[in-house]
Amino acid sequence: MAERTNTEIVQPLMVFLRGQLMRHLKSGLRRPGEVANPLLFFVMVVTLFPLGLGPDPERLREMAPGILWVVALLSNLTTSHRLFAGDFEDGSLEQLAIAPQPLALSSLAQTLAHWLLSGVTLSLAAPLFGLMLGLPVAAMPTLMFSLLLGSLCLALVGSVGAALTVGIRRGGLLLSLLVIPLYVPVLIFGVSAVSEAIIDGSPARWLALLGAFAAAGLVLIPLAVSAALRISIDA
Amino acid sequence: MYFENLSDAIAMGGHGPYVWSAYVITLLVILGLLVTPIKRGRELRRQIRAELRRKAQVNEGDARAS
Amino acid sequence: MWSIVHKMGSPPWFYRFSGLVIRWLLPIVVLLLVVGAIWGLMFAPADFKQGNSYRIIFIHVPASVVALAGYYVMAFAGAVSLIWKIKMADLAMRAIAPVGAALTFIALVTGAIWGKPTWGTWWVWDARITSMLILLFLYLGVVALFGAYDNKVAAAKACAVLSLVGMVNIPIIYKSVDWWYSLHQPASIKFTGESTIDPSMLYPLLLMIAAFYGLFTTVMLLNMRADLMAQNRRASWLERDLLGED
Repeated sequence: MAERTNTEIVQPLMVFLRGQLMRHLKSGLRRPGEVANPLLFFVMVVTLFPLGLGPDPERLREMAPGILWVVALLSNLTTSHRLFAGDFEDGSLEQLAIAPQPLALSSLAQTLAHWLLSGVTLSLAAPLFGLMLGLPVAAMPTLMFSLLLGSLCLALVGSVGAALTVGIRRGGLLLSLLVIPLYVPVLIFGVSAVSEAIIDGSPARWLALLGAFAAAGLVLIPLAVSAALRISIDA
Repeated sequence: MYFENLSDAIAMGGHGPYVWSAYVITLLVILGLLVTPIKRGRELRRQIRAELRRKAQVNEGDARAS
Repeated sequence: MWSIVHKMGSPPWFYRFSGLVIRWLLPIVVLLLVVGAIWGLMFAPADFKQGNSYRIIFIHVPASVVALAGYYVMAFAGAVSLIWKIKMADLAMRAIAPVGAALTFIALVTGAIWGKPTWGTWWVWDARITSMLILLFLYLGVVALFGAYDNKVAAAKACAVLSLVGMVNIPIIYKSVDWWYSLHQPASIKFTGESTIDPSMLYPLLLMIAAFYGLFTTVMLLNMRADLMAQNRRASWLERDLLGED
């Protein structure tokens, strides 16, 4: 038998990844609420801050990067905890676990679909939330780009927590406890980028760090997720 | 000995309450760390021994009955 | 060398071996703690800038050092348990999490108490304190995750995955918190000054660090033995051992 070339191995896996991604995207889009609800959550929580802190635009502008990023983090937490629940409950996860394709790949597809539906839409809508808090228009591109990269990081880290807690009843709060400390670097990089953009500094290095985190996460985190999913299936 | 007398050592130049409370809290946590598993081990050992004794008695009773 | 590693994986051997280690280590640890504390409290000279409040260093620094090292030991045990499926590594990992959390707690509380007379405040969001707080959260996450699973074998494996992810993340967290702090605080209070420590203070400090490492090991072994007994209630080796002790 002839040695298989790289493309012969990679090609079917990419087809599999694309197929899984489309499956999750379709099932996500079938319920438009799942896309819209995180955005509604975001608007409502952002509204709470002027009510809690007072309407002073100066102060709100100063706090805007931190508020927007903390809310992004919270909205990711609330959406992450059902990430693998559907596939776990109807048994498709067990099928994927014994499939010839690596479980890491199918879980990556699930995470990417989650990011495309919640993270990307969030970063597209972010300028609106920025305006609510008086963020200068010049900082908007940085806000959007940092949220685009950052929400991928958050989705990846959240997927580990989701995989670890998928078999536990009422795992939602537990997921937050596991994941919040791991979110810290993403929060710091993201807030620093937006803050730099407000004072016309150079946010590039913070965005680069976010990109590095996302790249490393894309490679390493699916491995941890597939190990965690196998544990949850066995338990 | 760095201090002249005991009351100096307790007062620590005004920092006494801080230093001593830090040491006392640490002591309590360390005691808790040590005592919990020791007590748990002792309790388990007692339970398992009681179980063994009961099993031995039942065996003896069986032997006598037959 | 390898024979020891193999024996480590055997519950009866480990039970006997850990009993022997504890019998020697526990008195040594207690002695070291008492000597180190008395040395640090009574015999070491006062710091010429901070006065006597610096004596908290003799518990604060050892607790911080061992708490951080403990997370790496826990993650290492987790890796061993995932890769080689050695049951003792499972036990070690779950035995470490509460010890690590307790030591991190000691480090935070003593730090706060030390801060009050020295910098006039109980709590500041300084880089090192914040990192330590996050380390506490990481430990508590492992404890919480372990408690949430009914199946304790699966719980140990899940904690292994979590602690490995945490271990990869810890350097990133520390670095990012460092940058965050330098961004917001233009060094008004300097916590990390270049300082050389005098031998009269260094020796009791080293003694206490050794004592805390010993304490960590002792408590870990005690926890592991208790778990081992609970898991092997009906094992013949345990029965023989317990009846022999009478």
